[in-house]
Amino acid sequence: MSAWLSPTIDAIYVVAVIAFILGLKALSGPETARRGILVAGAAMLLAVAVTFFSPGLSNFALIAIAVIIGAGGGYYWARVVKMTAMPQMVAIYNGMGGGAAAAIAAVTLLMSIGNRATAGLSVAGAVIGSISISGSIMAFLKLQGWIPSKAIAYPGRQPIGYGVLVVGVGFGVYAVVVSQVFWLLPFYVILLVYGVLLTIPIGGADMPVVISLFNAFTGIAVALDGFALVNGPLGDAGYAMVIAGMLVGSAGSLLTILMARAMNRSIYNVMFGAFGAVEETGTQVQGSLKPMEASDVAVMMEYAGQVIIVPGYGMAVAQAQQKVKELADTLESKGVVVKFAIHPVAGRMPGHMNVLLAEAGISYDKLFDRDEINAEFEHTDVALVIGANDVVNPAAHRQGSPLFGMPILDVEQAKNVIVIKRGQGKGFAGIENDLFYRDNCHMLYGDAQSAVGKLVSALKKA
Amino acid sequence: MSADIWTAVFIAILAAFTGYEVISRVPVLLHTPLMSGSNFIHGIVLVGGIVALGIATTSLERAIGFVATVMGAMNVTGGYAVTERILAMFGRAKKGGGGS
Repeated sequence: MSAWLSPTIDAIYVVAVIAFILGLKALSGPETARRGILVAGAAMLLAVAVTFFSPGLSNFALIAIAVIIGAGGGYYWARVVKMTAMPQMVAIYNGMGGGAAAAIAAVTLLMSIGNRATAGLSVAGAVIGSISISGSIMAFLKLQGWIPSKAIAYPGRQPIGYGVLVVGVGFGVYAVVVSQVFWLLPFYVILLVYGVLLTIPIGGADMPVVISLFNAFTGIAVALDGFALVNGPLGDAGYAMVIAGMLVGSAGSLLTILMARAMNRSIYNVMFGAFGAVEETGTQVQGSLKPMEASDVAVMMEYAGQVIIVPGYGMAVAQAQQKVKELADTLESKGVVVKFAIHPVAGRMPGHMNVLLAEAGISYDKLFDRDEINAEFEHTDVALVIGANDVVNPAAHRQGSPLFGMPILDVEQAKNVIVIKRGQGKGFAGIENDLFYRDNCHMLYGDAQSAVGKLVSALKKA
Repeated sequence: MSADIWTAVFIAILAAFTGYEVISRVPVLLHTPLMSGSNFIHGIVLVGGIVALGIATTSLERAIGFVATVMGAMNVTGGYAVTERILAMFGRAKKGGGGS
């Protein structure tokens, strides 16, 4: 039987790997993205299925139970959570992958700590996988709001972080040098702590970049596990892991750089800048917050030539996208030109707003990137900011502000700015927004869903 | 290091360049689905989890291998379902909102 079984399994891994590459390629184009995930999904199914037939495996009952629990739980949870929770779901499932990589490394180390080459590779995989799981769980907790999402800076965090990392890795190296598995225990504990320490100082607004970075980490950890496995009895599964892992490791790294660039930041600044933790001092905000009634806002918009809607996380939280679509339709029926200005990092992830507005059925040609629309604000009568804050904060143009240099939407150029906001709190970055105090800016308090609802009914009555 | 590991090093280098080339022209709109999709692809770790649990002999190895397999399986199905849900919205928008 095994005369043809092993080559067949290998051939299927080869097919799967090709499909992963083609799937990833398809995922990076708007027309082909859905096909991409289907292709990659089919490849995964094949790769996992043939692995069951690998010669020499035992513990089948345990494997089956583990797969059923994990696959069922993962699928169910991903289907039932709200769309707004998708960013943290990516984080948690990425963490699971990192944890799996760290655990596989542990099994490899328990079995063959005496083999320096495999043990060394496993230690490396364990380091990266452990940081990825604990860091991703922290990102999940912050985005879910179960722990404060603000950047928490503590003095000496960078030296402390490096110290912890060096000590943790030291235990791992020592375990391999003396071939004693006992030292792996402090090794894992310290690295898991390091992942927490690494993520705590990072504010919620930067989490997309961090999640993307941990995604690349998990890919590399998986590849390192693969290296260690190719030496073992079932080496061909290892090659599949090396290729798929490195594919994600490099694509994920590039994606992380692209995301950071969209915010005009470096990855180093995101990771170690404790962005938003320090309050800006010395600048006094001028003016006052001016509330306005929904009926007045409705009249103002009705007589506008052009309205630009700037959605942010507040719209996502309130699930207001349907109402926003209704508002746009109503305004258009009254002859008002309606456009949407989408900041690349509005919401909690790049593309978050596009996804939600697309869900509500708002067509692509009304959505404009920052570069496309910034020049238009000065010819716009009303800029309606729905639950966005940091991405419209003019402090980004002011030297010395923690936001300085971040590309923003220049809504303050519009004749009138209306900000829908739940209260007087600060944005995710924790920085005061002086836009709200400008003369041409009025506040419409309320959660996005009800505030936009009021606007729609006021417009329909008029 | 054994010849197998060196082969894997060559493969890894080629895979790294492939990953870079394949997504180098991705629009901002697709950053999130791409992140989610690549998150799914490293779910291949499940294969490693199955192998690790399948060759485990002591109870400790079995326990850790079991955890690895559960987490790997969550990565696979969760990663797939999340990506599917995000992309499904794009599809619907194209059909529904293209009117104007």
